[in-house]
Amino acid sequence: MKAAVLTFPGSNCDADLLWAVQEIAGQEAALVSANTEDLTGFDLVLVPGGFSYGDYLRSGAIAKFAPVMGALKTFAANGGYVLGICNGFQILTEAGLLPGALQVNTSLEFICEPEPLIVANHQTAFSNQYAAGQTISLPIAHGEGNYYADPETLASIEAHQQVVFRYAENPNGSLNDIAGLTNEAGNVLGMMPHPERAVEALLGGTDGLGVFESLIAATKGAVHVAN
Amino acid sequence: MYKAKIFVNYKQSVLDPKAEVIKHTLHRLGQDNVQDVTVGKYFEVLLEGAHDAVAAQVDTLCDQMLANVNMESYRFTLEEVSQ
Repeated sequence: MKAAVLTFPGSNCDADLLWAVQEIAGQEAALVSANTEDLTGFDLVLVPGGFSYGDYLRSGAIAKFAPVMGALKTFAANGGYVLGICNGFQILTEAGLLPGALQVNTSLEFICEPEPLIVANHQTAFSNQYAAGQTISLPIAHGEGNYYADPETLASIEAHQQVVFRYAENPNGSLNDIAGLTNEAGNVLGMMPHPERAVEALLGGTDGLGVFESLIAATKGAVHVAN
Repeated sequence: MYKAKIFVNYKQSVLDPKAEVIKHTLHRLGQDNVQDVTVGKYFEVLLEGAHDAVAAQVDTLCDQMLANVNMESYRFTLEEVSQ
């Protein structure tokens, strides 16, 4: 598997993601500037957390106009795997690659703590190495992770089993406890929790490894993905 | 030249945690008749061009960038200004 880790001005989880994919999962990966307009040759594009363009206007609102976004849309439309984490999730919703939006947490606080999650759909390219309904723990670190979609969109998301991770103890007000969801085609995932920060016992846990192992299996065609 | 005054607010169906906190604090200050608070963004954009073309353009830039129409709505006025 060859992964591109996008870097926007203000991204701050790009090095962690590169470490997780290269050093821990043992895959090929490269940092790719948001000014690039070509993503050919990659199996997976990772959109990292941080504060792209200072999160001016809204989280992810400026990043959606970055030069790489056209190539990312083409990559996703052709079935390439895209994983957006935290600010990456916000960017993907702003860009229209995922439904809904991320709003300020109901507590108004920036929350930085390990969070129990339930694997709501284990038959995706991003979650096939987890068991159905498994509870895992991943760190969250965000001020704007409160997932919102209008009732019609939310019903469609549930009908198509797009929710991959739900909060066991909803920390931020997200509708339907949504912590991570895919597009309808199932090749784009956005999630607020950070799997790349839970890939070594030294970091406090390895529950995030499953996301990367699932993607390795999916890119090898080793698993049947329901979507 | 026109000055567009653009207001962006959360849609009514979206609970705004900031507005709720402000409302509760106003109540604590004894402003008991405060019924509702809305927090939004305000932009001023200067544009050259004819009225109708500028109006259409402002609508587009609100839709594409200044508002996230998944959770926000916008409205604007146009005011003719001299250079």
